[in-house]
This record gives sequence, structure tokens and C-alpha cells, in this order.
Amino acid sequence: MHPLLEHTVLGPNVHLYRFEAPDVARYRKPGQFVIVRISDHGERIPLTIADVDRDEGSITLIVQAVGKTTLEMAQLKAGDSIPDICGPLGEPTHIEKVGNVLCVGGGIGTAPLFPVTRAMKEIGNHVTSILGARNKDLLILEEQMKGVSDELIITTDDGSYGMKGVVTDAIKKLVQEDGRQFDQCICMGPPIMMKFVSLLTKELEIPCLVSLNPIMVDGTGMCGGCRVTVGDETKFACVDGPEFDGHLVDFDEMMARLTMYKTNEHDSLEHYMGESGCRLENAVKREGDK
Amino acid sequence: MSDKPELTMKERLKLPPMDMPQQDPGERIHNVNEVPTGYTLEMAQAEARRCIQCKRPFCTEGCPVGVDIPGFVKLIEDGDLAAAVAKIKETNLLPAVCGRVCPQEEQCQLACTVGKAQKDPTKSVNIGRLERFLADWEREQGEIPLPPRPAPSGKKVAVVGGGPAGLTLAGDLVRHGHEITVFEAFHKAGGVLVYGIPEFRLPKAIVQKEVDYLERLGVTFKYNFVVGKTAPMKEIVDEYDAVFVGTGAGLPRFMRIPGENLLGVYSANEYLTRANLMGAYSFPETDTPIIKGKKVATIGGGNVAMDCARTALRMGAEKSLIIYRRAEEQMPARLEEIHHAKEEGVAFHTLQNPVRFIGNDEGWLTGVELLKMELGEPDASGRRSPVPVEGSEFIEDIDAVIVAIGNSPNPLVPRDFPELEVTRWGGIVANENTMQTNIPGVFAGGDIVLGAATVILAMGHGRAAARAINMYLSSGRWSDLEEALSTDRADVR
Repeated sequence: MHPLLEHTVLGPNVHLYRFEAPDVARYRKPGQFVIVRISDHGERIPLTIADVDRDEGSITLIVQAVGKTTLEMAQLKAGDSIPDICGPLGEPTHIEKVGNVLCVGGGIGTAPLFPVTRAMKEIGNHVTSILGARNKDLLILEEQMKGVSDELIITTDDGSYGMKGVVTDAIKKLVQEDGRQFDQCICMGPPIMMKFVSLLTKELEIPCLVSLNPIMVDGTGMCGGCRVTVGDETKFACVDGPEFDGHLVDFDEMMARLTMYKTNEHDSLEHYMGESGCRLENAVKREGDK
Repeated sequence: MSDKPELTMKERLKLPPMDMPQQDPGERIHNVNEVPTGYTLEMAQAEARRCIQCKRPFCTEGCPVGVDIPGFVKLIEDGDLAAAVAKIKETNLLPAVCGRVCPQEEQCQLACTVGKAQKDPTKSVNIGRLERFLADWEREQGEIPLPPRPAPSGKKVAVVGGGPAGLTLAGDLVRHGHEITVFEAFHKAGGVLVYGIPEFRLPKAIVQKEVDYLERLGVTFKYNFVVGKTAPMKEIVDEYDAVFVGTGAGLPRFMRIPGENLLGVYSANEYLTRANLMGAYSFPETDTPIIKGKKVATIGGGNVAMDCARTALRMGAEKSLIIYRRAEEQMPARLEEIHHAKEEGVAFHTLQNPVRFIGNDEGWLTGVELLKMELGEPDASGRRSPVPVEGSEFIEDIDAVIVAIGNSPNPLVPRDFPELEVTRWGGIVANENTMQTNIPGVFAGGDIVLGAATVILAMGHGRAAARAINMYLSSGRWSDLEEALSTDRADVR
């Protein structure tokens, strides 16, 4: 069992959980993920690791409450426990001094991006970070990212904070208007954002790493549910990834595969709501109001 | 209990085999309960009377773990069920599992003299059914009493992978006083017994009971622990006196044809894991969904393919097809599995091979393009191999596909520990008698060595490795371990 040490709401539907998981914390490197199961009838969901504390034996996960499992997770209070955290899984990010690095995060993708950014900075790269969000309230880890970047640019769709626009607008400005050079881009965020950042960096001839989060069951290469097309090859995100060359990823296929259980997810949530009654409905409403 | 007079051999040979009652096909496709319901005591004793107690038991020789079959069968006939269970457990810790999933018709029952005398192996003594009967009887007796705890040996053994090989080995070694830790990647132990073999063939409660028993014997299980990820293999090798790697053949093979990543295309592993381990058949009571196609095609002709096709029916498919590129006679699946699948209405499309999967605009599978095959001339192995019939392509409407064409060894441990010698296809190289790898103190067995094989062969490996590890731990011998074991063979049984 893994006790929940801290649960903080970072923004609308965005939750930070710090769980006791000493085995996971021990060898975890930036870029790796865990598979979590929150109850005995629960599903196994992959979640990227935002941070670890080896002394405490804990890991930090930042999760958006969107489906049945993540909404149920949002009901957990410090002191509660969940049965299963498996990991760390996946290949760690290749951390290397390459020169000028561009770290691009969107939504909760900023959570896994943070440890990678920190490692890229610590090894001696000049780090420029761009964080994108729909509006100011949805922005997370701004202070943390500022602390590990040489410069930080914020974009919001509605212009409520930072530069108005999307992350690709900021990249274009840096490269095309300011004439900046980048040796490596690392992008973690919603698939659609990673797709467009990959398209743009390909055009700008900047190598681009993306971190994929497809549907998984075991996370050890056994089921193949997480398969993605990279170049002309089928790769398993759980053991070959989760990071891949964004210029080679078939994002359209990946995004389609993420919708495989859309109807089921709806049924699962309905079922859960029916069972737990208005308690959860209110919680969802509260989440939405934030 | 048996008040019948002793039968002569002639009389025994005349007794007809006892059928095992089973759920009606029309009914069972709507539930996940076990299909054959098991012998009653009377049935078991009637079947046991068919055994002629051969002086040289060929059945035992045909068993990968060497169960004293005439011995336990006689005890059933005599009505001493507790002694019969004990007799099996001398060599087989998991009779409830083996009685259900062993291919007895290729092993003990193939060698049975009764079947041979009648020139019909289906007339052999139904050893598997008797084994299952005993194990079920034992389970119904309540908590199984523990043997006295052995004195601690002070040695630590790591078992990487809690499947049939690892569980057998753990059970054998814990009795010698070694401290055993099983590292299991999933949240439950059992390996293929819990994620692969469906509930209707092997109820998961039975596997759990066996795991619970090992825990009571003192075996430690570390769940959600992926050796090679959670901790490096090197650390395990350094920390333990001996390590057994039984990580199985957990890397699904795909067809490598266009459209394989369409929505609705599964590997057998994923489909079965969702249905079994994750309990998707109870969704949304459980949280793991599964695509319930109306017309589901399973590609392949092995036992796993039969399991998938039959699971699809239970998930509500109106039509479940088996697509196999050779003829039915060449299917590697057990006859019993083919028979059960047919009884339940699975349609067999043999001599057909998929060439591409077809999808709609949203990426969902809608059909499979198939190519007809015919059997050509026998190849070097004597098997008539399938050859395509030119221009015979046609499209079958299908809304879910399960690819069940086999598995490769799981690469996680070899990738993390490249010192370990592997074959060209990624299996770990191990001595076939001692299961020693090229690294001193490290043993391997089951599907990670064999490629995708059977539960009982994996258990046989677990047993052989346990014996070798025990010898290694007590003598410290490595390079001549095989020799040490062969001179020691006399006092094993």
C-alpha cells in the first residue's frame, strides 16, 4: 500500500499527489513514469513522475482529473492509501550537454518536463523554457520552471498572462524574429501541441524529443496496447519510449488510438457517479467551477 | 471406503472412461464460470478403477515433473484422498492448475498403457481429471495444513517473475529453509495463469489460493517490482545468493501488415489481460474497458487463439471467428480446446491469411482483407506448408481483431543485464538439466528459455532449477554442478 502524503489542488482539475513509494523513488530518472492502480477493481493507468524525494521515499505525480479513475483519485485525502504503484518504467531521458535547449510544456505536460529541464540545466545547457496554457489559472509549476531555466516565456491562448498565443508562436518569434539558435527541443504536453511543435521544429531543423502517454496496461512491453508508429517502425511507448523523435511520430494515429475507449470511459464515469451519488457530482462541479 | 472386490486387469480394461460433466455451451457463453464442472467422488473412483497399476509406469515417465501417477490413482480408488493429494504434492505443488491446463493427451495420457491397449489414446485413464478432482477436494477441506518449518539455511534466493516456473521453484526451495523473494511486475502473482488463461478454464481464485499457500510457507512476494527497472538486475544478483529468472514470453508478435495499429486491433496478451487479470468482463463494475466487437476475428491456431475466440463470445460477440493460415489438422491447439470452441459456436476459417486490416476515417477497424491458401508440397520438416492462392483476396467485415500468433521472450532483464547470454531470438541460454546461465549464481527457466511453451514445461524448469540451486547453495559448486547433481540423484526421490 502506498500512503498519500500530500494532495494539493494546483488549478482547475489539476492535482498534485505525493505518495510514499520508496522502491520507485530509488532508481527513477527524469523522463520515466509509473503505472498506478487506485483500488482493487481499478484500471492500470500510466502517469509521468514530476519529482521524487529519495530521503523521504516519495514520488510526486501531477494529474489532471478527466476520467473516472482520475476523478476518483481526486477524492483521496492525505493519509489515504492506494494499492499499487509500479515503476519507474520506460527509458529515462537522454541528458546531455548539447548547448542551447528549448523546453516546451503545455498543460500538465509541464509536470514531467520539470525534472528533465532541471537535469538539462544542471548538466550545463542554456535552457529556454516556454510554458503554454489556455489561461493564467491553468498554468502550473511556473516558479519551479523559472528556477531551472535561464529564461522562461509564458503563452496563454486568451492573453490573460504572458504572451497571447500558443507555444509555436513563441518558438517562431524566438527563432525567426530574434534569430536564436537551438540545438535541441524537448516538448511535453497535449498530443496536438506536440504534433505542431514537432512540425514546426522539423521545418526549423531543430531536433525535437516528445514524451508520449498512450493507453497502457502492463507497462512492461507485454500487451502492445501502447504501440505507436515512429518512422516506418511500430514501437512500444512503455519500453522503447516514452520519448521519441517528434519528427518521426505519427501523431494522428496516436491521437486516434487515445480515443479507443471514449464510450467506455463515459459509461464508467456514469456508473461511478450513480454509485457514489451526488458526492462526486458535486466534486466534479466544484472542479469545473474553479 | 472402497468396498468393491479387487478387479482383475481384464475387468479394468473393460471399464469405459468416465466423462466429466460440463456447462451447456449455450449457457456457458453467457458467463465466465468454468466449463467442465469436475468429477464427483463416485466418478473419480470409477475412473481410478480403470488404472491397471503398471509395474513400469509410462505415464510417470511422460510427466515433465514425474508425478507418481499410479500411486495417487490407487489412493483415490482406495478412498484415501488426503494421502492421494500428499502423493501428488511430493512432486507437483500446483495440481489444481495442472489438472486443468496440462496437455495430458501429449504427456501422461499419451503414454498410458490402458489407452495403448485399446489403440486409442482417448481411452487412456483420465489422469488430468483425477488430478483436478483431488486438488478441488483438498481446497474444499478448508485451510491446507502447513508442513513443519525447516531450519533457516541462511541463504537468500531471488525469483524474478511470479509465473508457473517461479512459483514452482519458490515452493520447492522454501522447504529447504532458504529465504525466498519473488519479484512480480504485476499487482498479482501467477503470470500467465492470471493474465492469460481465462477464468472459464482456470478460475483465478484457485491460483490465488496457491499463491496464498506459498506466502504461508514463508515466501515473500514483492509486487509491482520490475527487475531491470525498479532495481537493476545487477543489484539483485549481488544481493542474493542465487537468482532465478522466469520472466516468460511476454512480448507479443504482430503480423506486420498494414492497418495493424487501427482501433480495435489487439494482441492476444492485451485482450486476455484486460479480460482476465483486469476483470473487463465485469466492466463497469471494474474500471478496465475492452472493445466488445460484434464480429470478432482471432488470428492464429494455438491454445491462446482458442482462449481469445471463446473469451470474445463471453464478452458478447455475435460472431467469433478463428482465422488460421493452415488446415485444422495442423492447428497446434489441444483437441479439447478446439472441441470446446466449436461447441460454443466459434467459426473456423482455415487456409486463410490476413494481408491487411481496413479501417474507417476515424481509425476504427472495419474489415480484414484475407488471402486464401492451399497446402503445398511437404517441406523439409515433412509439414505441408500453406501457399497463397493467386488472386483469391477477399474482404471480411470485422470490427475487432485479436492477433494470437505467438510471443517472444520478454527483453527487459536481458536488456538491463547484457552480460547474460541470449539466443538469436532473445531467449536466455540455460543448461537444460540445471537451468544454469553463463553467470554464476543465475539460473533461468520457463518461457524466457523455451520461447512460448506450456505451463507444465515451465514448472518442470522451475523444479529442475530448484534442485540445482539447492545443490549450488549447499555445495558452492558451479562449474561441475551438473555432475554434482547426477551423483546426488539417488537421494532425490
